Amino acid sequence: MNEAEIKALVAEVLGGIAPEADLGTLGDDEDMRLALDLDSMDFLNMVVGLHERTGVDVPEADYPKLFTLAGIVEYFQ
Amino acid sequence: MSGEVITYREAVRRAIREAIQRDPRVFLMGEDVGRYGGCYAVTKGLLEELGEDRIRDTPLSESAFVGAGIGAAMAGMRPIVEVMTVNFSLLALDQIVNNAATIPHMSGGQFAVPVVIRMATGAGKQLAAQHSHSLEGWYAHVPGLRILAPATIEDARHMLGAALADPNPVLIFEHVMLYNLEGELDPAVSAVDIARARVRRAGRDVTLVSYGGSLGKTLAAAETLAADGIEAEVIDLRVLRPLDMATVEASVARTRRCVIVDEGWRSGSLAAEIGMRLAEGPAFFELDAPLARVCSAEVPIPYAAHMEQAALPQPATIAATARGLVKPA
Amino acid sequence: MPSLGADMESAILVEWSVKPGDTLRRGDIIGVVETEKGAIEIEVFEDCVVEELVVAVGTEVKVDGVLARLRGTREAAAPATAPARPAVVPPPAAPPAAAPREPVPRAVPPLPSTRVRASPAARREAKARGIALDGLTGSGVYGAVCLADVARAAAAAPARKPRGGFDPAAMRRAIGNAMSRSKREIPHYYLTQSISLGAALAWLARENESRPVTERLLPAALLLKATALALARVPALNGFFTDGEFVAGKGIHIGWAVSLRGGGLIAPALHDADRLSLTALMAKLRDLVQRARTGGLRSSEMMDPTITVTSLGERSAEAVLPIIYPPQVAVIGFGSVNERPWVDAGRVAPQPVVVATLGADHRVSDGHRGGQLLAEIDHHLQHPEAL
Repeated sequence: MNEAEIKALVAEVLGGIAPEADLGTLGDDEDMRLALDLDSMDFLNMVVGLHERTGVDVPEADYPKLFTLAGIVEYFQ
Repeated sequence: MSGEVITYREAVRRAIREAIQRDPRVFLMGEDVGRYGGCYAVTKGLLEELGEDRIRDTPLSESAFVGAGIGAAMAGMRPIVEVMTVNFSLLALDQIVNNAATIPHMSGGQFAVPVVIRMATGAGKQLAAQHSHSLEGWYAHVPGLRILAPATIEDARHMLGAALADPNPVLIFEHVMLYNLEGELDPAVSAVDIARARVRRAGRDVTLVSYGGSLGKTLAAAETLAADGIEAEVIDLRVLRPLDMATVEASVARTRRCVIVDEGWRSGSLAAEIGMRLAEGPAFFELDAPLARVCSAEVPIPYAAHMEQAALPQPATIAATARGLVKPA
Repeated sequence: MPSLGADMESAILVEWSVKPGDTLRRGDIIGVVETEKGAIEIEVFEDCVVEELVVAVGTEVKVDGVLARLRGTREAAAPATAPARPAVVPPPAAPPAAAPREPVPRAVPPLPSTRVRASPAARREAKARGIALDGLTGSGVYGAVCLADVARAAAAAPARKPRGGFDPAAMRRAIGNAMSRSKREIPHYYLTQSISLGAALAWLARENESRPVTERLLPAALLLKATALALARVPALNGFFTDGEFVAGKGIHIGWAVSLRGGGLIAPALHDADRLSLTALMAKLRDLVQRARTGGLRSSEMMDPTITVTSLGERSAEAVLPIIYPPQVAVIGFGSVNERPWVDAGRVAPQPVVVATLGADHRVSDGHRGGQLLAEIDHHLQHPEAL
């Protein structure tokens, strides 16, 4: 998947979790948990959603790599 | 592992030799075990090595020599009685079922019967209807008996030792097609349990339960299924009575589908028993598909090679049945 | 119209899910009402047949007002209109052409009743998720509904728009009313306890390493299970104060406080939290939070909490002094988890610490009881493997 596809996927998954969030204004290196007010349940649901769409099972130790859009893009590329 | 590669036959031979050398109470008796070296060549050379007190040829009378073995056990010895095949054990059924299995109970524990009875079982050598039975399931029906089915080199080597240590009657079923099986013996293993089943291959989509001569076919079926993206978990029962249902249930609770492979005919089979135990327990609620089994066709086992093979469980049938549960239609 | 909260007076019926003549089992959804706390699905409490839908959609009905007439049945009678059945699938295909024989062909037996054919696992999963088996296409053996079919239906469900979001102003009023009443009527006492979560979080990290992401546990699951088990030992704090006396709860149904995006708070019940495995509890928690946020909660989840637990989450204050939700008799709060110096065997070392607080009704219990509960919760959190 390329960067645009991954970002679109994140938008789709977050749409079910934080529907009012506008990913367009989210910086690539911003911690989205703070920016979008995601708690640990929301974050876990996002990881599960990404797993269901991509088949990639993210170990807990890798969660910090997914705190930013840039991090997610790099992880799933 | 870096162990020696030997045949199943050689593993059993070593087990017999070691048992006799270790314990003066142990001896082997049966038809053609001494001068002939055993119908399946298991005891070849042992008469010369260990002497005729320890390797005893018997008359052609199963009821008599199995009875004698039971009597020897009651008198304090540890006999290994070799019945040539399970087919001939029918002539000693009364001894095994009415004496060996019941004497400890009927004597209120005054007599123990620490006899081990080894039998060849199964089909595949074109020995036709009267010589191709798989009746270990019948014996597994009888309280008072422990029933073993070694399917690997390791179990062939070490189950006998554990069986001899058991103070109660133990029957060991060696499938005729396994004697030429070759495998590596792990030098680190010096004993095995005779209580638990073993997961021989881990998987998550379907549980395949098998034992004895059908284990190899079941593992082959699992390889075929893997190519299809279906990961099968293969369980080797090892002990047919008492059944280790805990291992089977834990597996089925994860995979939610089960195929039981049993070379006996399905009617009143061990497969039926295992299926019922799954259905009558909490595993029932974990099932995502009906239980299934692959058994021999309900016919006397044919003589012609292609018909014999058609009557027996085969890897392709096992794989197709499993596939039918995971990806129906 | 059931009472779905301490201060509820009325609600608007916004949707009927059934029609006259339909057969329902206990727990089936009969319709949806709109309250100050958003849209709630109403369940029936016994097996019955729908006789008459008394109220029209859009009507406001007071609590205890008649919504519909149902005729109780012991067992399900054949419905007047049979729901559509999934098409029966032919038996499994024959194996590849080879010497081995085909598997014994299985003729699909006719259905003896109007029951949907579903595997035991699928049936249980559908019930847990509140999905009706009717109308699901079965892709399993014999055309039965299997787990994959239920999962598909569940995945499709969130796509439906949440019916009736809540009105933040109305929800704020409802919360205000309930909390005011609580402060007026309930003499609260408070106890706090600092609990070291070093063992629990270390165990959790190890446990999660071997779990697929869909089964990972959050610390909240540990806090919930520990609280539930503690309540089983101190039942005096699990129940209601009604008509001047304490009535023990008939099970431990923990109301888990969920904050709603856009401002708002709701605390639906996690039923029998003490009996759930951690895996099951986590799955139910995720499902509950999801439905709380998208408007799919059920009446039993609003009516049944025997106690409320609120957890502040990560980036928040150290401790919370929560207010009891009447007619419950206690409320438990957990602050954020912070690294703090901790003394163990005479040495000081940093540990992740959470402050647990108990607010309780002094008409029903006193500090001794309350202290017992906090001590039990602490104890359970020091032995996470036994949760």
